[in-house]
Amino acid sequence: MANDKISLNALIEEAEAAKLSLNAYLLPQSAAELEITEEELLAKMAQMLKVMEEAAAYGLTGVRSHSGLTGGSALKLQNAAAQPGFNKLLGALATDAVTYAIAVSECNAAMGRIVAAPTAGAAGVLPGVLLALKKHCNLTEEQLARALVVAGQIGLVIAARASLAGAVGGCQAECGSAAAMAAGAAVDALGGTPAQAGTAVSIVFKNMLGLVCDPVAGLVEVPCIKRNGGAAVQALLAAEMALAGIGSFIPADEAIDAMKWVGDSMPCALRETAGGGLAQTPTALAWAKAWFERE
Amino acid sequence: MNIIDIIGPVMIGPSSSHTAGAVRLGLLAAGILGAPPVKAQIDLHGSFAHTYRGHGTDVALLAGLMGWLPDDARIPQARKYAAEAGLEYNFAKVNLGDLTHPNTARFTLTAKDGKSCEVIGSSIGGGQVKVSAIDGAEVELDGKLPALLVSHTDKPGVIALVSSTLASASVNIATMRVFRKNKGGLATMVLECDQKVQPAIVQLLAALPPIDTVRFVDSVL
Repeated sequence: MANDKISLNALIEEAEAAKLSLNAYLLPQSAAELEITEEELLAKMAQMLKVMEEAAAYGLTGVRSHSGLTGGSALKLQNAAAQPGFNKLLGALATDAVTYAIAVSECNAAMGRIVAAPTAGAAGVLPGVLLALKKHCNLTEEQLARALVVAGQIGLVIAARASLAGAVGGCQAECGSAAAMAAGAAVDALGGTPAQAGTAVSIVFKNMLGLVCDPVAGLVEVPCIKRNGGAAVQALLAAEMALAGIGSFIPADEAIDAMKWVGDSMPCALRETAGGGLAQTPTALAWAKAWFERE
Repeated sequence: MNIIDIIGPVMIGPSSSHTAGAVRLGLLAAGILGAPPVKAQIDLHGSFAHTYRGHGTDVALLAGLMGWLPDDARIPQARKYAAEAGLEYNFAKVNLGDLTHPNTARFTLTAKDGKSCEVIGSSIGGGQVKVSAIDGAEVELDGKLPALLVSHTDKPGVIALVSSTLASASVNIATMRVFRKNKGGLATMVLECDQKVQPAIVQLLAALPPIDTVRFVDSVL
């Protein structure tokens, strides 16, 4: 399982040695890799954030998917959370993260415009976490753009060592990776150390390892939309634990390698083919049959 | 791969393979035709055939044929726009065999001037695409770089002829593959280039005796 080529642990150690935050360490080298200036890269990331915000706003109009299977959940959650008597089990920040994550995923299912970060199926997780942090932690646009650079670099390591595709590694590779990217970025944005960001990445994979990709009728709707909401909370949970100083026994690189190992061991039926899991339940099969006939 | 690939691309949902990749397949097919199609028969295989409406694969393919990009907000209404633009289209479900990639489309396209072509291509994941056959001839084209498709008689010297012509036009060949059905028969050369190949060069190549046809296909990524 060893993979010495691209290492998140190495990046973290280098940032710690340079006494820099992860974003301060990663921004110059990310810009250099693209042969653009730091300002240009941050402007590019700010554009992505704008698309994420527009996607969340479109999802929050209560839009439904073309298949008719899903839609309107984000709006329901937002409306419920606005009621004074609503029992907010998660707290305002986490509820908002779920709301935005589901909103972006509902926008995606309804053929709205999204940022595939890292994929279309997991497009809700990063906006869910980042837009909630923007609202509740008063992060500036530049801090959010820098957070996307950190998230992107974490994603690059995962892509190199494992995979970001559900068809290859199951949902742990899509929503799991998105949550890991969001968790590391959140820790860094809130002033955590590079090592704490790595811990958050590791905790996410520990908690999401083994998650299969089992979309009903092969559509990016059930369970994908709610999983984006769940993954956003997993990201916040991991970030909170890491920021509290809780460590991870398994280093980030090894957690990513474990995710690859589990993905490689997953049968094809549980990798986006709708051949198993929720996709093969009687309810899913009955709906899929009726829908195929309708088409 | 870089972080722009990870935090992006911006695309119309819901699926990178069934939607964004489908737009790129349409773009590539229209690029191979070399003109905007006025007639398109689109045969869908495998997962494309089963879930095309739910993923908007049909409208995404049409959008690509009309030259739109994967982030074009008009994609959900592509059928309406196609009708307005005079693009006559028809979708059918086909079985191209067990060995065919599950996300495959076969296009039969006709341009206004009557020229036509048949393109088979697949969306292979993450929005990446691969064209595997043009007019029944095996090729491999992924749309990442501008490409030159040269069909020619399989005989000594043709490759040198093509590469020296490109060299004289300061076009660098990034990758190159030659496909042939049988020795001495019709062969297809796929040259991926670092530069766009100008129409004058394409015409120059097409005029060479051993060369049958030359198509320039721009990148779609």
